[in-house]
Amino acid sequence: MSMILECKDLYKKFGKKKALENINLNISRGRIVGLLGPNGSGKTTLIKICNELLNPTSGEIHIGGHKPGIETKKIVSYLPETTYLNDWMKVSEIISFFKDFYSDFNTEKAYDMMKRLKIDPNDKLKTMSKGTKEKVQLILVMSREAQLYLLDEPIGGVDPAARDYILNTIISNYSEDATVILSTHLISDIEQILDDIIFIKEGQIVLTKTVDEIRDEEGKSVDAVFREVFKC
Amino acid sequence: MPWDLNSDRPIYAQLIEQIELKICSGDYALGSKLPSVRDLAQVAAVNPNTMQKALAKLEEDGLVSTHRTSGRFVTEDAQMVNETKNKLAHSQINEFLEKMKSLGLEKDEIITRIATILKEDK
Repeated sequence: MSMILECKDLYKKFGKKKALENINLNISRGRIVGLLGPNGSGKTTLIKICNELLNPTSGEIHIGGHKPGIETKKIVSYLPETTYLNDWMKVSEIISFFKDFYSDFNTEKAYDMMKRLKIDPNDKLKTMSKGTKEKVQLILVMSREAQLYLLDEPIGGVDPAARDYILNTIISNYSEDATVILSTHLISDIEQILDDIIFIKEGQIVLTKTVDEIRDEEGKSVDAVFREVFKC
Repeated sequence: MPWDLNSDRPIYAQLIEQIELKICSGDYALGSKLPSVRDLAQVAAVNPNTMQKALAKLEEDGLVSTHRTSGRFVTEDAQMVNETKNKLAHSQINEFLEKMKSLGLEKDEIITRIATILKEDK
């Protein structure tokens, strides 16, 4: 089957600073991929380029065969690192907003997940804690039936119990057509659910392997290998 | 309850062991239908592709088999399950003996100690 995400010789500079350097990636469908790297390594820059929030300095990027743009936004569900929802809206209002916006949005699924995480649809966003807001946002993103989910730090701010539920949601949402790419540095929490990992360091990809390859070859967890590769 | 998996060995290999264990213990009875890959992955809290890989290996070994359209089943071959049980027991005992050796215990001593503990248990 065709690749869902392809990057070829991708560069991104901010002034003189190189944020991404020579990124070459091919990610197939039906995978759960961890984009792992320390702070400032280029994870968010790469994800933003995928969403056309940044333009590459040079090189090519294709998602489902298209350059980032209107066509790719139909098939990509994106969780940014910051919140962008209107504070004065109720959860139920935001859900209808999303339903209007995305034809692949599954309202029933959204309400179901809100219920599981004990979020009242009549609550306004303004009244919620930071962690609860993050949960709402992630539920909205996972309620789309997209082909590519790009999750920028999806589990950073939520408690361990909700984390388990979220990881479970990612596994149970799994389909052979859809790929999930998630960036995080909470590796030990997620390595069991990943197929592949991408280590990114100072804007360059230093390692791409499957989790079991790493464990087979190194006899260590991905978490332990990460600590070695990125030792300060 | 997610399955107990440790972090330094390949996940699929550990899934194979856990399923073998469940078959030997009768949790998954002879000839019974296994849950779907998706359900198993969710219970174990692992990636569905990894679970798929583990089941494919078990199938290769003959411990489970796929019947088109109706799903995956545990073998009906009691002999084969018995062999698996022996294999698992063997590797557990070896692991235990290694640990005892590293504590500096001799073979005879290990056996005496086990006998004492088993007696106390009764």
